[in-house]
Amino acid sequence: MSALPTSAGPGAARAAGTGAPITLTAAQRGMQQRSTAAPPLLQVDGLRKRYGSAEVLRGLSFQLQPQETLALIGPSGSGKSTCLRCINLLEKPDEGRVVLDGEVIGQRGEAVPGKPPRWMTDRQLAPQRRHMGMVFQHFHLWPHLTVRENVALAPLRAQGLDRRTAESLADAMLDKVQMAHKARAYPECLSGGQQQRVAIARALAQRPKLMLFDEPTSALDPELVGEVLGVIRALAREGTAMLLVTHEIRFAREVADRVVFMDGGVIVEQGPARALIDAPRTPRLAQFLRQMPDAAPVAACTQEPC
Amino acid sequence: MSGPLLQRFADVMPLLLAGARTAVLIALGAALLAAMLGTALALLRTFSRSRGVLLAIAAFTEWQRNVPGVAHLFILYFGLPAIGIKLAPVLAAIVGLGLVGAASVGDILANALRTLPAGQREAALATGLAPWQAIRHVLLPQALRLAWPGFGNSACQLLKDTSIASAIAAPEIMFFARNLVTSTFDTTLIYLAVLVLYAAMLVPLGAGFVWVERRWRRASSAP
Repeated sequence: MSALPTSAGPGAARAAGTGAPITLTAAQRGMQQRSTAAPPLLQVDGLRKRYGSAEVLRGLSFQLQPQETLALIGPSGSGKSTCLRCINLLEKPDEGRVVLDGEVIGQRGEAVPGKPPRWMTDRQLAPQRRHMGMVFQHFHLWPHLTVRENVALAPLRAQGLDRRTAESLADAMLDKVQMAHKARAYPECLSGGQQQRVAIARALAQRPKLMLFDEPTSALDPELVGEVLGVIRALAREGTAMLLVTHEIRFAREVADRVVFMDGGVIVEQGPARALIDAPRTPRLAQFLRQMPDAAPVAACTQEPC
Repeated sequence: MSGPLLQRFADVMPLLLAGARTAVLIALGAALLAAMLGTALALLRTFSRSRGVLLAIAAFTEWQRNVPGVAHLFILYFGLPAIGIKLAPVLAAIVGLGLVGAASVGDILANALRTLPAGQREAALATGLAPWQAIRHVLLPQALRLAWPGFGNSACQLLKDTSIASAIAAPEIMFFARNLVTSTFDTTLIYLAVLVLYAAMLVPLGAGFVWVERRWRRASSAP
């Protein structure tokens, strides 16, 4: 897959300065189609992010195919979460570009090489963020709303559905994560695992093109991890496109199609999940896998203890 | 002043009650102004990145906090006519007390907004809500619950402070009380009646705030 041209086409030039999303021209999409079977759903190009003197992302590029589950693994501080937050622009990268389904996310005007991109405001970003559902480590449910209201808020306000449609969508999504029976409860009354499942339903109710999971089980008590992983596994089987930042190596191996291993803000190794975890090619990944407690019995793990 | 105690009490009450009506009117008007302007100040303080705006709000808040309310009323009532603006006493009281209230509401609400975890806003933006929708549906309702006890105090303070409007001849409780005292000399009874009247308004007001707070708490902890 060749890199996309850095100078955008005439369509982008027209959009320059207006805040309108930049859409790749048909010709550019055609180029993508020739080089791979299908254009990637998500393309991340050369992301760089620096906090003060610490460079957290140092030129990160990868792709995610339609219906693919991609797991992003790596040691703490390797930039996994920052990468995820740069994709829906909760963090603004210093350099680089994110393309979702042919649409450049969040950039105004043409990218000028060597200059930081000009980012849209949060208001301008809202319609694009809708297409990416995000699940946070600490759930971030809204405590003043019931479970159903949490899930129905975005459909109601961001998608402009009427109340009845939004609520029946919310109920359908809650059903999907087996939380329909708690629709009228407040988040405070739920266990961590239940809260995270509601958070997944909330993201699904956006009817997103891509789901972003930011360590969805890291804040859970061990006995609650399984129920959340079960929901994610079911989504993977349905062919939901997912980018999953996780420390659950065994789960990544089982559920993900591909795994990207990051360390120090760069991708060290990537490949098919099982091959990469069972037979790491780089010493760094091998060492990382040895340190992960749940990765050890990987070879023996054919059942689904999760 | 002579006659049976109850009779004397009954004689002064109609005027004092008329004063109470004015006091409530002033308090309601000022509370409305304080709520609207205070919310705007709190949002600007929380989300504006302009140094000038932040400085102006800080200056306004400090000013309101450090100058006695009665001085404000005097400026509005006796000072503004110098530049051609004449306010009726009740209106001057509403504006003056409303500005004092706005500073305190703005302060309380801004602090409540600040204590909300950043993830609350991020989660709202991530679902595709626009920033103002995040404020309207996610941040403000939570901040309101946190700020509620403080608002209760402010509301009670505001209602008590209507008494200083008598200084600019707004016909509220203290204004009539003083008039009655000078005409009847029944000082003790009249001021006792005033105390009872204020308490009769303030105790239910405070209880109302507590009641709303309890309802919220019960709602969010119901199974």
